[in-house]
Amino acid sequence: MEPERRTLKMRIAPLIRWESGLAIALVAVLILGNSISSQFFSSYNIFTLCTNIGDLALLALPMTLIIITGEIDLSVASVLAVSAETLGALWMHHWPMALIFVVCLAIGATAGLINGLLITRVGLPSLAVTIGTLTLYRGLANVILGASTVSNFPAPFNMLGVSGFLGVPWLSWSVAIFVVCAVIAGVVMRMTPFGRSLYAIGLSQEAAFHAGIRVKRTKLVLFVLSGLVAAAVGMLYAFELSSAGENIGIGFELQVVTIVLLGGVSIFGGKGTILGVALAAFVYAGLRSALLLTSSFNENDFQVVSGGLLILSVLIPNAASFVERARALMRRGQIRDRRKLLTLADAEVLDRE
Amino acid sequence: MSTTTAPTPTLAPANPRRLVDFVLRARTFGILGVLALFVLITTAIQPRFLHADNVRFILATTALYALVAVGETFVVITRNVDLSVGSVVGLSAYVSANMFQAHHGIPIPVVFLVGLGVGLACGLVTGIITAVGRVPSLVVTLAMLYIIRGVDTIIVGSGQVVANALPNSFINIFHDTLLGIPVLAIAAAVVVAIAAYYLRSFRSGRELYAIGSDPDAARLGGIPMGRRIFGAFVLSGALAGLGGVLWATQYNTIDATAATGLELQVIAAVVVGGVAIFGGSGSVVGAALGALLLQTISSALNVLGVPSLWTEAISGFLLLVAITLDRGIQLRLAAALRRRRVHLGA
Amino acid sequence: MREALQLMSSTSSPPGDTGAQPGRTQAEPRSTPILSLRDGTKAFAGVRALEDVSLELYGGEAHALVGENGAGKSTLVKILGGVHQPDSGSLVIGGQEVVLGGTADARAAGIAVIYQEPTLFPDLSVAENVFIGRQPLRSARRIDYRAMDREVAQIFERLGVKLDPDRIARGLSIAEQQLVEIAKALSSEAKVLIMDEPTAALSPVEVERLFKIAETLRAEGAAVLFISHRLEEVFALCQRVTVLRDGKRVLSRQLEGLTADELVRAMVGRELQARRHEPHQPAGTVLEVDRLTREGVFVDISFQVRAGEVVALAGLVGAGRSEVARAIFGIDRYDAGAVRVGGQPLRRGSPTAAMSAGIGFVPEDRRQQGLVMELSTEENIALASLRRLRRHGLLFASTERAFALNWAQQLQVKFTRLSNRVSSLSGGNQQKVVLAKWLSRQPRLLIVDEPTRGIDVGTKAEVHRLLSSLATEGVAVLVISSELPEVLSVADRILVMREGRLVATLKHDEASEERIIAAGTGQSAVVDRLEEPSP
Repeated sequence: MEPERRTLKMRIAPLIRWESGLAIALVAVLILGNSISSQFFSSYNIFTLCTNIGDLALLALPMTLIIITGEIDLSVASVLAVSAETLGALWMHHWPMALIFVVCLAIGATAGLINGLLITRVGLPSLAVTIGTLTLYRGLANVILGASTVSNFPAPFNMLGVSGFLGVPWLSWSVAIFVVCAVIAGVVMRMTPFGRSLYAIGLSQEAAFHAGIRVKRTKLVLFVLSGLVAAAVGMLYAFELSSAGENIGIGFELQVVTIVLLGGVSIFGGKGTILGVALAAFVYAGLRSALLLTSSFNENDFQVVSGGLLILSVLIPNAASFVERARALMRRGQIRDRRKLLTLADAEVLDRE
Repeated sequence: MSTTTAPTPTLAPANPRRLVDFVLRARTFGILGVLALFVLITTAIQPRFLHADNVRFILATTALYALVAVGETFVVITRNVDLSVGSVVGLSAYVSANMFQAHHGIPIPVVFLVGLGVGLACGLVTGIITAVGRVPSLVVTLAMLYIIRGVDTIIVGSGQVVANALPNSFINIFHDTLLGIPVLAIAAAVVVAIAAYYLRSFRSGRELYAIGSDPDAARLGGIPMGRRIFGAFVLSGALAGLGGVLWATQYNTIDATAATGLELQVIAAVVVGGVAIFGGSGSVVGAALGALLLQTISSALNVLGVPSLWTEAISGFLLLVAITLDRGIQLRLAAALRRRRVHLGA
Repeated sequence: MREALQLMSSTSSPPGDTGAQPGRTQAEPRSTPILSLRDGTKAFAGVRALEDVSLELYGGEAHALVGENGAGKSTLVKILGGVHQPDSGSLVIGGQEVVLGGTADARAAGIAVIYQEPTLFPDLSVAENVFIGRQPLRSARRIDYRAMDREVAQIFERLGVKLDPDRIARGLSIAEQQLVEIAKALSSEAKVLIMDEPTAALSPVEVERLFKIAETLRAEGAAVLFISHRLEEVFALCQRVTVLRDGKRVLSRQLEGLTADELVRAMVGRELQARRHEPHQPAGTVLEVDRLTREGVFVDISFQVRAGEVVALAGLVGAGRSEVARAIFGIDRYDAGAVRVGGQPLRRGSPTAAMSAGIGFVPEDRRQQGLVMELSTEENIALASLRRLRRHGLLFASTERAFALNWAQQLQVKFTRLSNRVSSLSGGNQQKVVLAKWLSRQPRLLIVDEPTRGIDVGTKAEVHRLLSSLATEGVAVLVISSELPEVLSVADRILVMREGRLVATLKHDEASEERIIAAGTGQSAVVDRLEEPSP
């Protein structure tokens, strides 16, 4: 067989993907934002947008890898909290900042290791485990500082939330770090054996194992990484807020999962790209910023929007079959349409023919 | 023909049927055992724990969680999950309590119906999207958690329902007793009993287990999966709606953050109670006991002077212990069942 | 025991001359078939799976459906079972034309299908599995458990089976699961029992039991449709046979008087050439298995495979062959013994270590273990070689594609686009992709479990030639196979396992199907010899 020549159709087909839709959505959001308020593209607004999304986006990176392998880590916000509160507590006791960094990162890695061992060695489902550690770690976090708050972080750290990255006024440190990490993650996912193995694991863990991929070790590494990143982000977030206190970061894990799913990553594993997640993060942030600039919208209203987006993001891929099923339901009783209800079974069976 | 008779596992009997029954009963007894342990230790240190007042308080508080746990169990059995129950409870709590504020003199049963209705509506939406859209329930209910909470916040605004807007007869429901047992606990127990009976004695109930045990086999076998899963979510919503009214009787002051995070506590109760997170097995009685255990621990910690901050951590720890134990039992059971078949060709 | 022997033998001549056998008694077929398909046609995505196929099933008769893989047997079964509806043609049940809208309709019409892989609900009890959706009711539509248990116990007695109706379905053996499925069929008063390759995973005792049950049902007037590629079973059990080839019906007649050769010719469309064995020149020892033991699975397995030789592991299903192979490659662990590759001890339980030592493993289950079905063909071929394909530490799509293309061409994989999902390939080509994945690593030992299962005849021959040429190039090859002609044509040495032990070693010249079967089933009348590998 000769190497294939690429027809125009073949060139265009790969472009019709989730990521393209997100790119269009991003443009739409930016236009929307600009039309709502001239302040949308102001340095201040963009910076606020960045600080809102940067931490979530950073957490979304390891979450993406984990979801692609078919697992989930709901404990990230709690690890973030443990790290932030440890930072506050140790700073209160005048520990040197460098040492505090090491301790917090070690705590994050340990938290991730616990998750990973329970999931890979004991064989527990990640949903159940991370719901458990979410509660456990959050509880521990709240115990560390109790009801008190620590706010007197030193320069230059306490400026992370107000000054731009290397002086650029509209770019927050968190987003800058995110972009760098995203590029690295993207390259790893597409162009390293490690990244490729994640897709294989997500699509067929057994086949991946039979091909010599160390499934358990890979997943363990991912959970430790997730813990590390969560701990790092915890410190970053505490600096940005200039405070570490009770209930810091609560609910973050759900927002992170939302962003990852909006990014086109399948909850079942095996599909999705870093690019998609990055785009989704900016669409999410941009939309929130744009809507909040309208006078009648507030943070809570955005919750509803974000929930709606999440549902749409999973319905759209299923759209065709969804419509058929809905129609079939409305005309029950006719054999013809019951055949349509079996289309899914047909398709599965066809695979085996 | 050589047959290597495997050494029978020391603890459990070799007959697989009795083995399974043994395991199931061991699980339920396990919860009761831990419960008893906690009660004994706590009472030894602080006799106040077993005072009638405290026991009644625990039972009355458990009622809410047990009720929602029943609905959650129905969903989890089918290999799904309902993360929206916390938001439903919060919304229902506000809407039903607000009824008193908005319509003076409204009869209490009507308020209960309103709460039920709110939950029912939420469950309907969730059920339709999950069952007809064939969308993974984790995602849908996560989204509904947001949406419902958002709607709740919009409705509540910055307001809240204050205790003195509620009639005493309503607030007293939490403290009312019948023969010394809180009426809420009795009501919850009745619901649990009915649900358990339904799951055991009716075809559609057994089908829920089948769906969770092997969804492909269920589809091939002609079980109406969409209908059953839809029903499970509607029930979960409805019970959460009722739970909202119970929340109102207990907490009296309700704002937009009511019951945030409740879904995790309910799932913890369900899992601790022996319901497999992958579906196919477990009982509502177990889930209710799980709820009781968690509330008892919470109260015990309180009575022992442990700062309430620790409750969350301990509850999370217990959840992990519960699922680890379950996994250990599962593995041992599988090994025992396999060893039984070691004589090939039998 | 003679029956068992004949069941497992795949000799060409039907055992029609050996006197009365259970499968050969002719029940009087009624003049109208219980179930018939008239001119059924079914296409999937433009590919005609069935074309104008007609089939008549009479009560009291066992009807065999044979054909190569891809001939359309599964499609036909699924149409009868209500999973698919024919594009054209009609189903006639009891004289009336019927449309089956789904599996429930088929069951209601009295058609019961037992698939190769039984689908029971592991968390429900046996009794519940039998009656799911149809549990007997008492007052107020509540399930009558006592009646259910009673009925199930009665059915099991009828079948001569000892299974506790209350036990949970999880952990039942395949044979036991099949029995539950049959009980399910009986409990719904099935008039037509369709069995799709039921004996693939059964021991001879279990096969005998299954056939006895089928006989009982037949005697009671049910129609039995038996799909199998084991011709000896077809001849033992059935009275009529229908042969499908490329979606069309090519033969449908009484089995009496038909020879296996004629049957095979109808299936394949040409004379099957006897496969010849090519001798090889083995060199040094590559694989050394030393007293390998895994409790309850296999015991004291010792053998060697040299470079340039093909060694086959033969035996019945369940003898432990695949388990030994998996233990060697590290997928499963073992409890005692050692494995050495090229003299060096091999770490247990690590496929990575096995791969580093130069071992490749083509697993039995192509779809779940051999391939990642949703990845493309090129990605599958490259999956075991990702590290080696890096340039400057990164993987480039072009490198991967060129690599995959090279190997796909070498193995003559028929594909449209390498970037299409591997699930779009035929079974034979999929198997070639799996082989390409491993051969591209240039292993010194290749373990292949059931190399030609579910593959068309043409590709089968290609795979055999490939294995042989690998040996000629100096690769050590270990083949596990349940197809005796394959074993005989491919292997230089044949190791026979039975119930977890290695019971015989046969050199190619001294091997025959009878000897292999005898060793595999434990016949002491045949000479058992455990041989030291001769230099």
